[in-house]
Amino acid sequence: MMNLAIETRSLTKKYGNTTVLDNLTLGIEKNTICGLLGRNGAGKTTLMSILAGQELKTSGQARVLGAEPFENAQVLAGLSFARENQKYPEEFKVSHVVRAAAWFYAGWDADLARRLVGEFRLPLKTPIKKLSRGQLSAVAIVVGLASRAPVTFFDEPYLGLDATARGIFYDLLLEDYMEHPRTILMSTHLIDEAANLLEHVVVLQDGRKVLDSSVEEATRSAFTLSGTATAVDTAVGGRQILRSQALGGLRSVTIAGNPDERLRTEAKAAGLEVGPVTLQELVAAFGLLESGESSLAAASSPPQTQHEAEEAIR
Amino acid sequence: MDESKPIFIQVAEQIEGRILDGTYPEETQVPSTNEFAAYMRINPATAGKGLNRLVDTGVLYKRRGIGMFVATGARATLTATRREAFGDQYVIPLLHEAARLGIDPEELIAMIGQRAAVAGQA
Repeated sequence: MMNLAIETRSLTKKYGNTTVLDNLTLGIEKNTICGLLGRNGAGKTTLMSILAGQELKTSGQARVLGAEPFENAQVLAGLSFARENQKYPEEFKVSHVVRAAAWFYAGWDADLARRLVGEFRLPLKTPIKKLSRGQLSAVAIVVGLASRAPVTFFDEPYLGLDATARGIFYDLLLEDYMEHPRTILMSTHLIDEAANLLEHVVVLQDGRKVLDSSVEEATRSAFTLSGTATAVDTAVGGRQILRSQALGGLRSVTIAGNPDERLRTEAKAAGLEVGPVTLQELVAAFGLLESGESSLAAASSPPQTQHEAEEAIR
Repeated sequence: MDESKPIFIQVAEQIEGRILDGTYPEETQVPSTNEFAAYMRINPATAGKGLNRLVDTGVLYKRRGIGMFVATGARATLTATRREAFGDQYVIPLLHEAARLGIDPEELIAMIGQRAAVAGQA
């Protein structure tokens, strides 16, 4: 499909006997903000590194803007990878980073870079190696945004940033994305904070894709059921429980799939409450799955069309 | 705002609320998708979906190249829709909680009358 900015097919990465990415097939549409979520060690950074041409894959395909990124100058010119642990030459100052980036990226916006440096209160004359972790994250964000690269990766861009600075990042990301639409892939653990910025979400678990959908569909792919333990157990039946909590005789469970009309009626009759899950709750629940357990992708109902999905909400 | 609802529905309901309270009068322009997205810190696609939902229901209409406007009659339509939903949305939960606390309907009506009188004086 021509609309995909990022595409992998059976992408596999092994370090010795350890499989970090396992037969990963996914596609990310152009000009969307996509979240890359999952526990530490799920393969998020490895996936970004391969897509950014910084690491070799073991097998399968990885395509960015229609071509293999590794040692492909044309692809890499349109790609920006922002991460807090970026290596810079010894003695480099923030001012050097900003000036060097201007050479690197065709779409570089010096005015935006200057404004971002100001917003994050970055000291231009301080050597990079003397910056705090939050300041390093801010430098990565400045380069990531001001590069205006058609494909931009943010790997946990908030490390060391306080709530105010994170808010500034989210606002500036949205503002610049709206003025200059581009494909943004962002990994994050602060899902509650970032969920509303995302249009699409990919969740990895042990190197495999367990969810790949719009944020809206994702939060509808599971629900919670709570009430007295016996009533909850009866209503759950054979459904897949992602997470279960008990308090005295009460129980609350997160269940994979959509609550159908029958379940809603039964739940109401039994005095149970049916509730939605947040994206963060859903991703956290995935993290509890043992490797090899069925993913939501398999458990949830067949994909709906956009129209049907909207009808279902009304 | 009901946090359990999808964000685009929340966007639509917020705009409806502003139309009902007169912030956005009929035949005036509402803020753009991008303005709503920035204000609510949400993805513009989500904000757009919320606005388009209101276009689908005839509350807003598009003027090509200019933006979205509140339709004539939107306020009356929204009022009618919300009045219809009022019983389910507000009265039923009120009756449930009252029953749980042993407040019978007569007592409840008296309470409402009392509070309404106080609110009327304020």
